[in-house]
Amino acid sequence: MKTNRRQALKPLLAAAGAPLLSMPFAGAANAQSGTPIRVGGTLALTGPLSATAMIHKLTGEIYVEQLNKRGGLLGRPVEWVLKDDQSKPDLARTLYEQLVTVDKVDLLIGPYATANILSAMGVAQRYSKILVHHTFGIPSLAKYDMQFPTWATGPTPETSGPNMVLDALAAGPKPPKTIAIVTSKFPSVHFMSVGARDVAKKRGMQEVLWLEWEFGNRDFGAIASRLKAARPDFIWGGVIALEGMLLLDAMKKIDYAPPTMFHFLPSPGPMIKSPDGNLGLAMTIFEQHEPMMKNAGAVEFAKIFNERAAKASLPDTSVDTQAAASFSAWQIFETAVTTTKSLDDKTLAAWLKKNTVNTIQGPIRFDGVNNYGDDLTKLKQVQNGEWAVVWPKPFAKPGATLNTP
Amino acid sequence: MQMPSLELLGQSLLSGLFIGGLYGLLGLGLSLSWGMLRQINLAHFALAFLGAYLTYQLSEHFKLDPFLTMLIIVPGFFLIGMAMHWMFAKFKVTPFNSLLVTFGLAVIIESLIQWIWSADYRKLESPYSDIKFQVGKLFLPLPELMTLLIAIALSIATWALLRYTHLGKAMRAMSENPKMASAFGINEPMLALLLSGAASAFAGVAGACLALSFTLAPSQIYAWVGVVFSAVMIGGLGNPLGPLVAGIVIGLSEAATMAVTAPAWAPLVSFSLLIAVLLLRPGKV
Repeated sequence: MKTNRRQALKPLLAAAGAPLLSMPFAGAANAQSGTPIRVGGTLALTGPLSATAMIHKLTGEIYVEQLNKRGGLLGRPVEWVLKDDQSKPDLARTLYEQLVTVDKVDLLIGPYATANILSAMGVAQRYSKILVHHTFGIPSLAKYDMQFPTWATGPTPETSGPNMVLDALAAGPKPPKTIAIVTSKFPSVHFMSVGARDVAKKRGMQEVLWLEWEFGNRDFGAIASRLKAARPDFIWGGVIALEGMLLLDAMKKIDYAPPTMFHFLPSPGPMIKSPDGNLGLAMTIFEQHEPMMKNAGAVEFAKIFNERAAKASLPDTSVDTQAAASFSAWQIFETAVTTTKSLDDKTLAAWLKKNTVNTIQGPIRFDGVNNYGDDLTKLKQVQNGEWAVVWPKPFAKPGATLNTP
Repeated sequence: MQMPSLELLGQSLLSGLFIGGLYGLLGLGLSLSWGMLRQINLAHFALAFLGAYLTYQLSEHFKLDPFLTMLIIVPGFFLIGMAMHWMFAKFKVTPFNSLLVTFGLAVIIESLIQWIWSADYRKLESPYSDIKFQVGKLFLPLPELMTLLIAIALSIATWALLRYTHLGKAMRAMSENPKMASAFGINEPMLALLLSGAASAFAGVAGACLALSFTLAPSQIYAWVGVVFSAVMIGGLGNPLGPLVAGIVIGLSEAATMAVTAPAWAPLVSFSLLIAVLLLRPGKV
């Protein structure tokens, strides 16, 4: 069996207690043999969350393919056992039970979205399996000791996120004095909006409107009219998936050009394609431009992802939060397994708690509250049909600054 | 609770009126097939979305006017509706089983849509998207206005056809007592095929209207089921004007709720109305 340079160095790095490890995305092809290492997980391949979950599917397929090309894990090929949880938390729980008891997978990787991850977490805890997951939105609920979040939002995103957004606006050309918070009752989205409300109050902003709607609302006409009547300087849109576009459409229909507007979880493709999405703000952990393209594995992954996403007819073919979070989860698995040379859940968990892993998002650590580390969230804005990071300044796309309507 | 301004209330009610028209348009075909053919056709929603995606495809990629796409979609869907009814008749699908069979068809159509257009969102940027009329301080967007007018025109035309023409009277007779109607020389199987075709064609029209106003995703098929079912049941099964009137009542009620209180209360409106109608008019639904 051939051994590449990194694998040869691994024992030395491990012996030195390497505090910061990273896995290259491309590497020399390596021979693999033996039974595959099976990584099991579900994604919302159908149902209301499927538009986003397909990004995770594409990312996982690319990662596993490239991982196997460079020798797999521990000299064995890697197989991803993927099931469709249909966007349903109850089904996710059943399928994770199946993955552990019937499919007997070696490792568990998380599903998409908070509620489904919470379901999977319960199963992982029952069987003492490590769970690396990528899009959990309410860190305070992640109590299981061997769960590892790879969406680096920090332990209190409900305050750090809104503060980051409002810091950016305060430093911008038109600092807002009044705020309207309109939000879906989708759990993780609502959680962030409640946090934004508290943060805005503490910062002395005047709240001119607070509205909640049920996830799945179709008619945003009245909500747009209420926003127009409230005349806020800034809109915090607790929107997920289609809701942001529907709200923008409704505003346009009543001839209301919103002020600066933040979209919590927008649909990135339609936002950049629609003229109404211009100057819209959103959070991100990765965008496909400098300086983030210097992060581990970014260039190689972005190239393949762009091609495959175009082939899959995705409206937005660039790597952003979802793909980067998913990619990080696989990077963390690869780093932990190759460094410890183990598939034992407890060994991997113990190693992850003590070490930082260099990922496409940047360095991720798990030694904080509920295994959360730093908040690597940034603020991005639609500018000229593209997403560009505008805050914090060290991560801003070269030449990009926050614009206000 | 703060009272909204007249402008806010008026604009919200207009929005409710427009979405109510769409509820009515979506409910028209469903009501006909449920009330007159005894088929509870859940695939109706999937067909509407298939129509919406076809409108998107024909407009975005073949540069056809979105309204002209109906010239292709409506005949095509008419044939699909006839084929569906032929299948139901051949396999003697009961009303209850039609619910299960059409749910299966809806899932198949959803998968087909996802396979062709992916699960990601599709938004038709049509030349009508930006057109709106202003009446005082109120705005009337053209796509929604057209949807409402189409819903009114189709509902009234269908009602008039069923009420005043020989064909319509034969259809009503077939619906009330197929055996007796056949004894009087009415070609029941052919009329049922025509009715099923028309119901599906209405789904195609509703789909084109959906594409003009909404961002599309395959899973959105099911987002409309509850409220449109309510409109159909409140309006009375087999009554072409019923879903439109009930849809507008629901739309206006939801919009008023959203304008005055928390929008999260709006979904309660349609189902509260349905419960009230079921309690107060038990024999009429």
